[in-house]
Amino acid sequence: MNHIRNFSIIAHIDHGKSTLADRLIQATGLVEDRDFRDQILDTMDIERERGITIKSQAITLPYVDKQGRSFELNLIDTPGHVDFSYEVSRALASCEGVLLLVDAAQGVEAQTVANAYAAMDHDLEIIPVINKIDLPSADIERVKEEIEIDLGLDSDQAILCSAKEGTGIGEVLEAIVKKVPPPSDLAEGPLQALIFDAHYDPFRGTIVSCRVFSGKVRAGDRIRLMHNRATYKVEEVGLFRLNREPKQELSAGEVGYIISGIKTVSDVRIGDTITLENHPAPAPLPGFKEVKPVVFASIYPVASDDYRSLADSLEKYKLNDAALVFQKDSSAALGLGFRCGFLGLLHLEIVQERLEREYDQSIIMTSPTVQYRFVLSNGETITVDNPVYYPDPTTIVKGMEPYIRASIMIPERYMGAVMDLCLERRGVNAQFSYPTPGRIEIRFDMPLADVIYDFYDSLKTVTQGYGSFDYELLDYRDSDLVKLDILLNGERVDALSQIVYRESARPRALNACEKLKDEIPRHMFKIAIQGAIGGTVIARSTISPFRKDVTAKCYGGDITRKRKLLEKQKKGKKRMKMVGSVAIPQSAFVAVLKTDKKGS
Amino acid sequence: MSPGLYVHVPFCRSKCPYCGFYSVPSAAPVPIWFGGVKKEVLLYKGRFDRFDSLYLGGGTPTFLDGRTLSGLVDHLFTHFDFAGDTEFTIEANPCDLTEETVRLLKGMGCSRVNLGVQSFDDRALSFLGRCHTAEDAKEAMERLRRFGFDNVGVDLIYGLPEQSLDAWMDTLRCALSFQPEHISCYELTLENGTVFARLQDRGNLRPMSEEDGRACFLAASRLLRGAGYIHYEVSNYARGEAYCSRHNRKYWEHVPYLGLGPSAHSFDGKDRWWNLRSIRGYGAELDRGRPPVEGRETLTGEQVRLESLALGFRTREGVALRHIASVPQSEEFLSRMEAAGLVKVRGGRIIPTDEGFLVADHLPVCFS
Repeated sequence: MNHIRNFSIIAHIDHGKSTLADRLIQATGLVEDRDFRDQILDTMDIERERGITIKSQAITLPYVDKQGRSFELNLIDTPGHVDFSYEVSRALASCEGVLLLVDAAQGVEAQTVANAYAAMDHDLEIIPVINKIDLPSADIERVKEEIEIDLGLDSDQAILCSAKEGTGIGEVLEAIVKKVPPPSDLAEGPLQALIFDAHYDPFRGTIVSCRVFSGKVRAGDRIRLMHNRATYKVEEVGLFRLNREPKQELSAGEVGYIISGIKTVSDVRIGDTITLENHPAPAPLPGFKEVKPVVFASIYPVASDDYRSLADSLEKYKLNDAALVFQKDSSAALGLGFRCGFLGLLHLEIVQERLEREYDQSIIMTSPTVQYRFVLSNGETITVDNPVYYPDPTTIVKGMEPYIRASIMIPERYMGAVMDLCLERRGVNAQFSYPTPGRIEIRFDMPLADVIYDFYDSLKTVTQGYGSFDYELLDYRDSDLVKLDILLNGERVDALSQIVYRESARPRALNACEKLKDEIPRHMFKIAIQGAIGGTVIARSTISPFRKDVTAKCYGGDITRKRKLLEKQKKGKKRMKMVGSVAIPQSAFVAVLKTDKKGS
Repeated sequence: MSPGLYVHVPFCRSKCPYCGFYSVPSAAPVPIWFGGVKKEVLLYKGRFDRFDSLYLGGGTPTFLDGRTLSGLVDHLFTHFDFAGDTEFTIEANPCDLTEETVRLLKGMGCSRVNLGVQSFDDRALSFLGRCHTAEDAKEAMERLRRFGFDNVGVDLIYGLPEQSLDAWMDTLRCALSFQPEHISCYELTLENGTVFARLQDRGNLRPMSEEDGRACFLAASRLLRGAGYIHYEVSNYARGEAYCSRHNRKYWEHVPYLGLGPSAHSFDGKDRWWNLRSIRGYGAELDRGRPPVEGRETLTGEQVRLESLALGFRTREGVALRHIASVPQSEEFLSRMEAAGLVKVRGGRIIPTDEGFLVADHLPVCFS
């Protein structure tokens, strides 16, 4: 086990995590230079484009150190967003150390701190790495000071590198070997392997990524998922190189995969413990949590005859994303569709984007909402996660909505702005602490509904990206809830309705009217947009008709171009939803939930 | 309808800052071009039915010296078949129309001259980078009349920054005083790649507002129709049915046309193709005996339908109802358009009104 090192790279977004991973992979010779492409661990198009990691990925790098000793370095790449914080915690639980990457020009930032603390929580060895030292704006001394003060780490130990230019990569590899402790796991004893990820392969079924903490597992074994109580026969175990590399067995300290005829990723739970059926561990590894959706929205096909195809796509998509839940739904304005549950807003956006890109679906997604509860006059309590099912207001005794405990870490200078933001979002019960000089942690109880309403973007804006944010669900609290309807030319669009806190109704309605005014293109006739509670209109805006749209010249050389434009417009029209005679673009359905304080 | 023949003459005295057509401000490559056109004529000889329109456009056809110009026309008439009443149009710049040139045009058999007047306001002319004055334009008009041209078209541009409605009406009234058979009123368009477009990108040029553009358009239509002109296409007016441009109508009605010269487009009823946008490249392909074609497409039924919509809503002929029959919700859209005063349905066709012309690019989208 002495030859194994399990580590992860953690960093603020854009500090060069994927580039460093690329360099480490190249330096260990796992991939020929000619086969190399950037962001090699991010296999999904969406990960490459957004520059983010959504799924955890692991890779085993062969490494021979300066003294000629051979090592296996297991790099576990983690997702970098609060929606996936549970996945991150399981990935970190699978490591003994982390490389904490800090941009030499930008220095320690919010996620650097949050990530460093997460690593400390797991008792991991932290190796600070200052990246991008080739930048003219690099200020290594300042960054070292921040590492000392903000993070309380020994900055003399920091390694200087430029992943882009490939400098310092050798030192990073040496440090991993020297500083990250080898796994101290039990080679003997019953099998305990932690599942930190699972993904779907159309030929092999679910491929489970795991870290073995004790015992060993080999092909032919019967394994049991301890929280699931399901048993499977192991078909293959192995290591992740760039492709899967089968192995006789996976033993304590190792990171690898297990294939065992598990049909979908929904059959495994991230954080669950794998053991052997005939020689089970007495208890699962700690930290297991059932991940539940907290944000809900409906998905409809733009063309109603595409419902079947959307259903198939969701089934297939679900094979690889256990966190998504869905069931059938229908809307007067949008027809048949699905009500879906998500981990958070980013998760929602990712599902939407992947359905469109990878499954070629033209979809409309409605405003996200949380799960509300209503106590009715007949004594019944109902749960409502869809505004369509808002009960008859005369029967409501009281409404309740979920609250979270938000924890926000910021440099002190942003305190005023962040306080304002939290109070505006109905934050209560504020608490403060000062982890390091100049840095403040603010904790607030806040309604989840106000958090999914654009809170994260707003926080990033008011703190210029320095605010880090995390939350946990608390409880349900009483709340005065009303249903806000949106009407277009007098026609109610059920898919645009929202359940809102009464006091917020008017600002929300105004915002929705303004947003729709921006999103809905001008038509040949006037469009009146109204926000209403019951029969009372509380906000309105108008889209004036366009009255001039014609090119002056159209002769022989213009016709093909003109037709191509029309063909493009025809395609664009397919992505619009007709409500009455108003064409609403897909984007409008989510835009009503965004404020103008866009992230920079 | 018989096919039309177009020849692109890609030369100008100087480049106007608003013009996006292909041309070069030099006479040096004229021999390459002329040699090319002569070869291209032979390539298509016998491939089209008898033409009943010939249009020499550009660029500036009157930039060519007399020998080249009459040599070109001789070559066309030698190798192609033309109807006896062929409409033979040439585009001309007022400053080129000396007595000698006008006599030459008449002698060549030219039946229609389209004069690039643009404005009768000297300030506007200098803003547009034109080489002539209002006085030059008036003289050119008179000269054409004197030499017996009884079918003269005048091109005008409106929508210049700072141009008032009154100034535009003055230009129109001045044009009317010559009783031209045809008037084209083009709103200034900032075409990609032109000097004006670059100025706009840098914030140094702002076109007329939508509202002012509408006002100029509607006032022009009212004035010219009052003076007896037919507003037969978004930007085109004719003093009687006989004076509608026979050649240009072919573009709008899917009638075949052959375009010769660099960047010219052709359509044979099924295929459309367009030539290289470079005199040198054009000449080189022809030297190798190959058609100087840059791109080609074969229209599907749906593409023809979409073009019929895009083109039809720009003309007084409108669009046949059968072109929209298969489109979902088309009746709803149509009745909304009628209610909004954008179109009228008459004789199985949807006919745009003046207000409809103003949104002619949008109307087809509803039925696409």
